[in-house]
Amino acid sequence: MDVMKKVPVREQDAKIRATNFKEVCLGYNKQEAMEEATRCLNCKNAKCIVGCPVSIDIPKFIKEVSDGNIEEAAKTIGKSSALPAVCGRVCPQETQCEGKCIRGIKGEPISIGKLERFVADWSRENNIEPEAPKPSNGKKIAVIGSGPAGLTCAGDLAKEGYDVTIFEALHEPGGVLVYGIPEFRLPKDSVVKHEIDNVKKLGVKIETNVVIGKSTTIDDLMDEEGFDAVFIGSGAGLPKFMGIPGENANGVFSANEYLTRNNLMKAFQEGYETPILAGKKVAVVGGGNVAMDAARTALRLGAEVHIVYRRSEEELPARVEEVHHAKQEGIIFDLLTNPIEILVNENGWVSGMKCVKMELGEPDASGRRRPVEMKGSEFEMELDTVIMSLGTSPNPLISSTTDGLEVNKWQCIIADEEHGKTTKEGVYAGGDAVTGAATVILAMEAGKIGAKGIMEYLGNK
Amino acid sequence: MYKIVKAEELAKNIYLMEVEAKRVAHSCKPGQFVIVKLDEKGERIPLTICDYDKDAGTISIVFQTVGASTQRMAELKAGDSFRDFSGPLGCASEFISESLEELKNKKMLFVAGGVGTAPVYPQVKWLHNHGIDADVIIGSKTKDMLILEDEMRAVAGNLYVTTDDGSYERKGLVTDVIKDLVNNQGKKYDVIVAIGPMIMMKFVSLLTKELNIPTIVSLNPIMVDGTGMCGACRVTVGGKIKFACVDGPEFDGHLINFDEAMKRQQMYKSDEGRAILKLQEGDTHHGGCGQCGGDE
Repeated sequence: MDVMKKVPVREQDAKIRATNFKEVCLGYNKQEAMEEATRCLNCKNAKCIVGCPVSIDIPKFIKEVSDGNIEEAAKTIGKSSALPAVCGRVCPQETQCEGKCIRGIKGEPISIGKLERFVADWSRENNIEPEAPKPSNGKKIAVIGSGPAGLTCAGDLAKEGYDVTIFEALHEPGGVLVYGIPEFRLPKDSVVKHEIDNVKKLGVKIETNVVIGKSTTIDDLMDEEGFDAVFIGSGAGLPKFMGIPGENANGVFSANEYLTRNNLMKAFQEGYETPILAGKKVAVVGGGNVAMDAARTALRLGAEVHIVYRRSEEELPARVEEVHHAKQEGIIFDLLTNPIEILVNENGWVSGMKCVKMELGEPDASGRRRPVEMKGSEFEMELDTVIMSLGTSPNPLISSTTDGLEVNKWQCIIADEEHGKTTKEGVYAGGDAVTGAATVILAMEAGKIGAKGIMEYLGNK
Repeated sequence: MYKIVKAEELAKNIYLMEVEAKRVAHSCKPGQFVIVKLDEKGERIPLTICDYDKDAGTISIVFQTVGASTQRMAELKAGDSFRDFSGPLGCASEFISESLEELKNKKMLFVAGGVGTAPVYPQVKWLHNHGIDADVIIGSKTKDMLILEDEMRAVAGNLYVTTDDGSYERKGLVTDVIKDLVNNQGKKYDVIVAIGPMIMMKFVSLLTKELNIPTIVSLNPIMVDGTGMCGACRVTVGGKIKFACVDGPEFDGHLINFDEAMKRQQMYKSDEGRAILKLQEGDTHHGGCGQCGGDE
């Protein structure tokens, strides 16, 4: 074995997986995981822990794996993370733990994400239960949203004996883990449901179909229902559109809609009633992880799919692994290309998209080179479906119905970074509702911070 | 689970169900809607609220069977349950935040078309309970499809019923009645609220623009989550994109791009759309929102 190289992970063949919704990555088995774990240098001053937003003791869990003590490894991870099977799959490890790995200087970093995933999957298959929570302290906490921020916050509080209820607007808990990230990256029944069940085993109650700001308000939860503190982890919000002509034509969707129909409502599965228009020739506008998810979903539903992105490959915000997988599967990348109009047929349906070629100019405020239109480079693509994946803007449902909860100029909820404290007493917030669209693991970090902030607040009260 | 305490067929293929949903009933106001999901595999279906009882914790919904999902819903009986029942969603009707003094000086006319009679009812009832009598027009295709006539009569000022085929009361469209009231009978209205099929709301709005009467309509576009997340319900109002679920469902009828909205409603009815709708007859309506009876 070459210690400079990762033990390769098994994947479904690109040609086959492009036609199904089964998981792309098959993960390590125990032997492979133990072999990969022996590559760890077990650094004293472990940089990988610093790179992890929830500070998992990575060298310790990897040492346990190399010794074959998978249950101990699971306990080590469990001290810091409530969602290891999720994080092992969707975290951007290359810029976090693995990005800091000393092995990575001369060779390939340790495959920390795949090891975390193995430990979590092994624990599930071997029915390892989470550690029991502390006895109840009688304090009631409301958590709004059951995505990664809310689940993490609820789990951390419940472990310490708090009486936690999560309020979820949709009919299934999980937030973006359920409506956003597709089955082929994050299996719902086996992985997501199991991790949510583990949070429930800590005593956390989940009430679905409650839209805070409509079904009830934060003020009512605190004043009438006796909640001592509230954590808002309500997620990103309203999808953005470009504002170009033709955008309301039939066949133009937000990535949120497309993914929600397919993932949450299971439109791809026989017997489910929610329809989806798969499209035959699809353009996904945008270059983030959500754009890759939408593109790879459309591909699996049978379409020819183009990613249309105005900057170059280097600037693609999506994870390298997602771009790599998308290319393997046959997604066509039309880079340095920007849509200027959606062409519509006489019945109101998308017939194509007029685009212009871009070139990179001077760096802009984001430090990335600014894309500039090339004069006279307009061209038309023939399409029947366009999926806009341009990010989201905050949902005003909660901020507009909660007295004293302030938002910043981007309409995101204001919360301090150390405690998640908002401008309203007893109310904490974190995740996309505060930062705008980000990643699962950053939302989890915010959930941890919020839980700590709430414990400090109620401890001092 | 959300238990059905009452289920009845109001007219052919039009059903009323009273459902236990305490949080929804507690917070519900006129103008809002709910999203229901029958079971694991069902769609999320937006439905208008016909009535609510805060003490009993129940919501009454009315829907017309227009597709596979609503057909399955129609088979439910008292004692059965919905798996999911979410709401109240959308903004409440604007008039409930006006002062009662102002409202008492306003002459309001409600125009209800078909199943759109259901969402008009709680608005007229709210006004009645606050000492205000609004005039109401109910338009129905035919006598057999007329719903909530007695209930409406009990809370409305003047009630005018018209049928397309003349099988009951007047013969003609709701726009004929509006013209008659305003042009021939000297009625003056400060505001008109029109809820019914999109095509009806379009023509009422065109007429009232001519008559110079401010008009509010309630849209029922395709929707998935109903909380602003998916953007499926976007509609152009005054040249700007609005989301009906969080910005509406009520909008200024004179500013809506009805033609675009009607095209969008057809999205899942076309050949590219859902196979299941092929089983249905022509004038179907996605999701069976219960407001419109199709786009006839």
